[in-house]
Amino acid sequence: MPGPKIGVYVCHCGSNIAGKVDMDALREFAAELPDVVVSRDYKYMCSDPGQDLIKADIKEKGLERVVVASCSPRMHEPTFKRACQDAGLNPYLMEMANIREQCSWVTEDAEAATQKAKALVHSAVNKARHLEPLEDKTVPVDPKTLIVGGGIAGIEAALKIAEAGKEVYLVEREPSIGGNMAKLDKTFPTLDCAACILTPKMVSVAQHPNITLLTYSEVEKVEGYIGNFEVTIRKRARSIDEKLCNGCGTCQEKCPIKVPNEFEEGLGMRKAIYTPFPQAVPNKPVIDRENCTYYKTGKCKICERVCPPKAIRFDQEDEIITEKFGAIIVATGYQLFDPSVGPQWGYGRYDNVIHGLQFERLSNASGPTGGKILLKDGSEPEAVAILHCVGSRDTNYAEYCSRICCMTSVKFAHLVREKTNAKVYDLYMDMRTFGKQYEEFYNRVVAERDIYFIRGKGAEVMQDPETGKLLVRVEDTLLGVFREIPVDMVILNAAICPRPDSQEVAQKFGIQRSADGFFLEYHLKLEPMKTANDGVFIAGTCQAPKDIPDTVGQGAGAAAEALKVVFAGKVTVTPTTAEVSGTLCSGCRICIPLCPYNAITFDEAKGVAQVNEALCKGCGTCAASCPSGALRAKHFDNRQLYAQIEGVCAE
Amino acid sequence: MTQAGSPKSQAAAGEGWEPKVVAFLCNWCSYTGADLAGISRLKYPANLRIIRVMCSGRVSPAFVLKAFHEGADGVLVGGCHPGDCHYLEGNYKTLKRKLVFERLLEQFGIEPGRFRLEWISGGEGDKFARVAEELVKAVRELGPLGSTAERLGRADGLALRAEGGGGNA
Repeated sequence: MPGPKIGVYVCHCGSNIAGKVDMDALREFAAELPDVVVSRDYKYMCSDPGQDLIKADIKEKGLERVVVASCSPRMHEPTFKRACQDAGLNPYLMEMANIREQCSWVTEDAEAATQKAKALVHSAVNKARHLEPLEDKTVPVDPKTLIVGGGIAGIEAALKIAEAGKEVYLVEREPSIGGNMAKLDKTFPTLDCAACILTPKMVSVAQHPNITLLTYSEVEKVEGYIGNFEVTIRKRARSIDEKLCNGCGTCQEKCPIKVPNEFEEGLGMRKAIYTPFPQAVPNKPVIDRENCTYYKTGKCKICERVCPPKAIRFDQEDEIITEKFGAIIVATGYQLFDPSVGPQWGYGRYDNVIHGLQFERLSNASGPTGGKILLKDGSEPEAVAILHCVGSRDTNYAEYCSRICCMTSVKFAHLVREKTNAKVYDLYMDMRTFGKQYEEFYNRVVAERDIYFIRGKGAEVMQDPETGKLLVRVEDTLLGVFREIPVDMVILNAAICPRPDSQEVAQKFGIQRSADGFFLEYHLKLEPMKTANDGVFIAGTCQAPKDIPDTVGQGAGAAAEALKVVFAGKVTVTPTTAEVSGTLCSGCRICIPLCPYNAITFDEAKGVAQVNEALCKGCGTCAASCPSGALRAKHFDNRQLYAQIEGVCAE
Repeated sequence: MTQAGSPKSQAAAGEGWEPKVVAFLCNWCSYTGADLAGISRLKYPANLRIIRVMCSGRVSPAFVLKAFHEGADGVLVGGCHPGDCHYLEGNYKTLKRKLVFERLLEQFGIEPGRFRLEWISGGEGDKFARVAEELVKAVRELGPLGSTAERLGRADGLALRAEGGGGNA
């Protein structure tokens, strides 16, 4: 019996594939394979004319299977599935051979690459022969979106979705939203203050009827899938009644306990009952139970006595909230590189060596010095050094460029000059001023008096034993000399790093991380918000270092992704589930505990296993374990995979 | 067992022999990692050919044996790192299976060095290329897997023991 009519389409991808793999040889090879009735090659198979070739052959030659040898199916499988569907062929009758990412791009030798491409095409044709038509299924979508992280990315995404008329839950771990941006002083290149542009947005978040704001809260568990995530959130006890509290701040004034304020990066103090900063949203304090005298000794309760509306609740417990969501946006931000891991920078050893966020707090009018740039002893510095690339562009730490540090350094230089009379030495490896109006800002600051840009990496910070001044060692690569520059303050522009719990968070949301530890986008250029987990999107610096404009852009982009899901109202779920053959199943029940989704149950009446297709995600673990071959993973069944194995081994 | 343009029979193996390695990669992590190797233009031997499955848990021991039977000299199974599995725990099932399966392979006369299970994330293009390189090298050193008859001979008394064991276990 003749097999189904198969068409093979070999893509050159410009020179990406054709530059390595012999296109004519591959096309002719495919034409000779059994059941192949047409084999063509074309410069760009994904283009309209390329797709038209496939569509025309389906219609005119009555193709029953299509094999496209081109890029990764992760790239263009949807494109070619759609092309088949348009021409009336069931999209599950299309198979791809990945001869770009997994062949032409990774192979040195052209002859070996061509041979490998043949093996991959043979494998795909073999599988295609055994493919069967499948119908997509749709399931309804919960209209709510969960956003994790209340920095500028999460805030932007929340507002966009809320303004589009959809409901949002914004979950933030800290007592206030605002994230790292709330700590900043002026922002480059326009020098508007971070609070001035951020706080109106924070207030809008708190006031928007479509936004449920959960601060001091963390996501504990995520189950389900796109359109139907079930999420457990722990709302930690603030120890106050938020409805009664009017944010007057009397409790914070009277609390006798002082501890370092995390928000001030260790430069200022806060009380045990506190709001992290004056513009906090919500403007309601939390009691830090680790440091509160009452929780430690059972005595004190001063805050309770002085609270006018009687809002203090010492016995409040954590609240567990479970909610369904259609889409999730992870916008968990970054952590600054800890410069104390490199002793050469003197951070933690010398008082006046500070990192970038500490400088932001010093310079900030609501910071610990009221916006004055002062040394630890309260005096004004006479000379300040700014070091770029601390922990970034350095194979000892992070290889990547942290992207914002050149611009923040230029900004720091300007702010130091604006507020003090100190000379500024800016030690850079390369000056990367990549954004809109950035180069102009840099040029402006270069022209300012007493700012010296020195091309060279700040190698070491020492203390002059005689004068007590800090000495920064640098090789001035433009002059070709080594220099030791005496300064009073050193600002280490430390890198943006993934948060230390990023692995745990990635696992919780079923997303992956790139080698640098940041969350992995689906496609670096074309799908920067999508992740491998459908319905979970990423935004902001959890994906990679970026500045505020890019973060806001990505936050809005992630909102669009989430809206796409919730407005559609339904999602397509894969029909590539498992199924049981009732005649083959012996009822041994080995498969039942193997299923991670409890999708397999035992039909007592018939004495066989059965798969609940709504729960099955199609991993195929059951099929691999069924001793009687009764369980079949659709689209990846034994016959199809055996045929593929024969195909790759034949060449 | 031949490379394009150099048709040499296996009997004349020696110089012309090129090992074949089949890699079963899970769609979410390892296959993505292999794509990343490509996107990063890392180079690894063309001897390794990839078959996509949705989860490493789908890789039945029968697939591995089938690959060896069809002439593969080595087999790689790639899954997500523990805790990262797209299907929660498919990779653990694969790991458990591997421990039993490796003993079975030896009974078939297949050296353990020809089979490898690796956790490769979507961000580990470099790891994928390295593993491919290492496995092809290891298999090259082991030489061709040879025919079933040869294999059974190599398994010494093990084949006999299996026969004597009776039953179909």
